[in-house]
Amino acid sequence: MNIYKFELGMLKRSILIWSLAIPAFFLFYVSFFPMMSGEDMNAIFEQFPEEFMAFFGMNPDLPVSNILGYVSLTYGMIQIPMAIQASNYGFHILSVEERELTADFLLTKPISRVKILVAKLLAAMTSLTIVNFTICVATILGTALFRGGQTVNWGVIFVLLSTNIFFQLFFISVGMFISTVVKKIPSVLSVSMGLGIGLYIVSSLGTMLSSTVFHIITPYSHFAPSYILVEGTYNWSLVWISFVIITLSLAGSYFFYTRRNIASL
Amino acid sequence: MNVIEFNNLTKYYGDVKGCKNINFKVKQGEIFGFIGPNGAGKSTTIRTMLSLIYPTSGSVTIFGKDAIEFGPEVRSEIGYLPSEIFYYDKMKVEDLLKYSASFYDRDCTERMYELAEIMELDLTRKIQDLSLGNKKKVGIVQGLLHSPKLIILDEPTSGLDPLMQQKFFQLIKEENSMGATVLFSSHILSEVQQLCDRVAIIKDGEIISIQDIKAMKEDTYKKFTFNGENLNDGKFKIEGVSNLSQTNSQVTFFFKGDVNEIIKIAAQLKLKDILVEEPTLEEIFMHYYE
Repeated sequence: MNIYKFELGMLKRSILIWSLAIPAFFLFYVSFFPMMSGEDMNAIFEQFPEEFMAFFGMNPDLPVSNILGYVSLTYGMIQIPMAIQASNYGFHILSVEERELTADFLLTKPISRVKILVAKLLAAMTSLTIVNFTICVATILGTALFRGGQTVNWGVIFVLLSTNIFFQLFFISVGMFISTVVKKIPSVLSVSMGLGIGLYIVSSLGTMLSSTVFHIITPYSHFAPSYILVEGTYNWSLVWISFVIITLSLAGSYFFYTRRNIASL
Repeated sequence: MNVIEFNNLTKYYGDVKGCKNINFKVKQGEIFGFIGPNGAGKSTTIRTMLSLIYPTSGSVTIFGKDAIEFGPEVRSEIGYLPSEIFYYDKMKVEDLLKYSASFYDRDCTERMYELAEIMELDLTRKIQDLSLGNKKKVGIVQGLLHSPKLIILDEPTSGLDPLMQQKFFQLIKEENSMGATVLFSSHILSEVQQLCDRVAIIKDGEIISIQDIKAMKEDTYKKFTFNGENLNDGKFKIEGVSNLSQTNSQVTFFFKGDVNEIIKIAAQLKLKDILVEEPTLEEIFMHYYE
């Protein structure tokens, strides 16, 4: 419990920044919707090649002149900072003790490594949940405010919002796993941006090239807003892959972290 | 009763040897020195005791329990002071110490303030603003605040001024007299000489000798230095003399045997000064590292 509180305290500032930035990002973009909702806009978008539209996560069944279509596009973008934040925590929480050389303090205390891992993970998940909550509020608020008079199918929006926690879990657990197998993470920020943006590009390429192989490895495809907002349900043919990866990453983190040698300086 | 027992402890990092077949026992209430040059394997050995490092083979038992298997339980009675001190920079000293105390199932508050006062530590400052020596003091307080039964010191004195060093040694002696066992690792032999009862010497990852400091010093050489004129005539080349170095104005050597022999020779000389010293452990141990 003491580690949990301590870790949460360390993340305070980060929680504040992310829970301001991501909702603001969403609200900013969604506020343009009333201007986009005209038929003229659809005509403009129809000019673009299909691959181009696909790259930005637009589904032909869901035109941007429809509020859900616009949310789908915008949400696809705020998934990137969500992924970056979650991977950042994943790469950071365990490796920081070694990088900042505080492992000799924490790991020599009378507490097992499993408990350290669990406490740190819970603290990070709490932070992500707080940010997640602010994103939900901003999404509902923004959609309600800027829907341009259209009726919104709230059910599908809630399904979309419910994916956040798994989306975040994917990145935090993969980040954590990588941090326990490599010797050292030189720069947490760059690797988390790499993972967050890299997998986004993979997903976009997959859609553009209509290739399933790409979709298999990236949670951006597993939890694609363009699918959920049309179908109103998870894309189960892909989502289970995320669940498997999360489980394996957590198990792997446990396995390697509890066997890791913390070398002296 | 033995507080620490190493049983053929071996650690390889890939092909690189950390330590090999470490075998020694530290008795309860002892101040045990652990001596070796940098890179000899001292830290590797110590880190396995704290399960920071997992042994390749062999084991170490602390308070009769395996240090890896019963890690958390064993560590609740260990106070550890690492050689290089790093803490969460943005914290205040007091908060860090309280965080440290929160890991132990006893109230450490009183002892914490007491130690901070002894070490003249300003609790209100941020860790990042502290000098190396002050960080070291934080380390000492956090290592001792839970009144551990086993104190492990890994080159603890770097960064402390001589006055603080004496206070620190005093503190360790007090803890020891109250029943704590101490493992003191160092490459500075005079420190160990000042504090320890027995000492293990490690070289290239292996223990090469375990010595009783008092017995060893009684049993060994005296160091003679003569100053005067025309001294480089080899008069002191007698049995029992070693490490003889002579110039016209000065002769130094170690001698083990009947000192009257030396006095007889010295009586024939024209001297300005005589110095007879206990050799330092450094000098005694030198041949282990040659």
